[in-house]
Amino acid sequence: MLITYREALNQAMRDEMQRDERVFLIGEEVGYYQGAFKVSKGFVETFGPQRVLDTPITEAGFTGLAIGAAMAGLRPIVELMTFNFGILALDQIVNNAAKIRYMSGGQLSIPIVIRGPGSAAHQLAAQHSQSLEAWFCHVPGLKVIAPATPHDAKGLLKSAVRDDNPVIFIEAQLLYGTKGEVEDGEYTIPIGQAEITRPGADVTIVAYSKMQLLAMEAAEVLAQEGIQAEVIDPRTLKPLDSETICTSVRKTGRLVIVEEGWPFAGLGAQIAETVYANTFDYLDAPIVRVTGEEVPMPYARPLEDAAIPDRARVITAVKQVLGTS
Amino acid sequence: MEREDLLILYRHMLLIRRFEEKSAEMYALAKIAGFLHLYIGEEAVAVGAITDLRPDDYVISAYRDHGHCLAKGSDPDKVMAELFGKATGLCRGKGGSMHLVDAPRHFMGGYAIVGGHLPLATGLAFAVKYQKRDQVVLCFFGEGAVPSGQAHEAFNLAALWSLPVIFVCENNRYAMGTPVQHGIALYSDVAETARSYGIAAERVDGMDVLAVRALTHRVVENVRSKPAPFFVEAMTYRFMGHSMADPAHGHYRTKEEVERERSRDPLVVLRQTMLNSRLGTEADFKQLEQEVGEAVAKAVRFADESPFPERPSLYEDVYVE
Repeated sequence: MLITYREALNQAMRDEMQRDERVFLIGEEVGYYQGAFKVSKGFVETFGPQRVLDTPITEAGFTGLAIGAAMAGLRPIVELMTFNFGILALDQIVNNAAKIRYMSGGQLSIPIVIRGPGSAAHQLAAQHSQSLEAWFCHVPGLKVIAPATPHDAKGLLKSAVRDDNPVIFIEAQLLYGTKGEVEDGEYTIPIGQAEITRPGADVTIVAYSKMQLLAMEAAEVLAQEGIQAEVIDPRTLKPLDSETICTSVRKTGRLVIVEEGWPFAGLGAQIAETVYANTFDYLDAPIVRVTGEEVPMPYARPLEDAAIPDRARVITAVKQVLGTS
Repeated sequence: MEREDLLILYRHMLLIRRFEEKSAEMYALAKIAGFLHLYIGEEAVAVGAITDLRPDDYVISAYRDHGHCLAKGSDPDKVMAELFGKATGLCRGKGGSMHLVDAPRHFMGGYAIVGGHLPLATGLAFAVKYQKRDQVVLCFFGEGAVPSGQAHEAFNLAALWSLPVIFVCENNRYAMGTPVQHGIALYSDVAETARSYGIAAERVDGMDVLAVRALTHRVVENVRSKPAPFFVEAMTYRFMGHSMADPAHGHYRTKEEVERERSRDPLVVLRQTMLNSRLGTEADFKQLEQEVGEAVAKAVRFADESPFPERPSLYEDVYVE
């Protein structure tokens, strides 16, 4: 069945809410507006306003409320209209959701999913265009997922809802309308499992979320030039499936990491460290990172384009790591 | 109230008082480290409000949380062991003084980011309502939390969705060292903040355990039968410093003020009431003193003799496996 990323998320949440009465959806505009990006279309009509809760614009308040509800045995899904607004809930996510289990010596757990779009869309400027996944990955106690396809979005969101830990689930505005094959009926994808999305022997490209699509496009172009790239989508950023990545690098000897976020202390730096520590002797060239530029996101289209990785930069990076540029 | 009930209230307050005094001693001996915020002077608020609750009602507090935890019925041995950072502590030594949790007793924790646990309290109350149960949630915090954004967000949501949460503001007049009139625009009537969200609110003498008990008894029954938030402003006073790092009076208040407030000591107030009404005798108080003294001594012994957590536990409880 060919459906959009948006529909895949809708199906996953619908399935889980039908399966488990304890699951509810809370956030700004999730009910009668049908979701700011229409992800929860039809939900309030199906499940009623007791389980689909429109909130005031108070991220700390409603995220904290959901964490408190999870402490008492419910399984909330919090929709952040975007992760930029999630910054207002950072105290709740970092100081409460991530730590309550540890601080209580294992007495309490916080089964919660906090989801919404991250990264840039088109010309939304600095406060609406950020990739903050590294912030969340830094915190012990959180799991972080960033799926690229409708298939992964559905399977991983279902797993996230069933997980007993707080899960940060990062979508992308520019992915909502993308289509992909999704199998009918019930399936889940294990958290912490990467996927080799294209096999190849010459170079490994690791890319997640929107950048995964870019990596696949670049690999297609490179193949026409006789370069076989192995593309890997980690899908889960924490816990990272370093085994799949390292196994590939041991085979190819070369690695390019593509991420939309800022380079300094970005997720790619962590992936590179993991690969250096585990496969140093197998590397034929230094790892190359393709990242967003170290600037707040500008509004003007040419400047915005320059700030975000594109296909040409991925191709250039691959040629650099192969020593053919 | 019956004589037996009064003696129980007194015993609860005395246990907290002696427990806290002993904690201060243990801090001086370096048996307890980190931050230690004592509840001495404020006992009537926790005891008056909590001891009348059902066991399945929820209590959640801030970082000055020993009193609330003990009033909810936690084992003093395990509380002291937690302060000592021992494996036998309530939280296996992972939480410490500011993060006591006793989940089976529905004491849902001490939280150390000011204002940050008020949304959690509304969430507990949301879960009660969602599951069509009839528990209530008591949420304790200092007046220093009232102007925080998270408190306002919590007040609004609790009122908007008629959640069964009772916000108990312990107004001890100082947010650490900042007097209330320097921190809150509506300092002369802090409860007005809650009323502005449509939350019913009352002020009570937080040094008078019977007054606290009478108010919360009435409020708990009302909230249980008809869910809606309520705000209690309990006027109280901390006899000790903000934490053990801070002398009893500090630079921000005078010795004379502290001495004056000590004349309203909640233990003295209740004891006098009981003696005057002949519902308690010197012999009763002597006996309670002995019982509580032994309980606290036993808690210290238990904590001291307990082992520290083993190294592997460092990595446990981060995730549910």
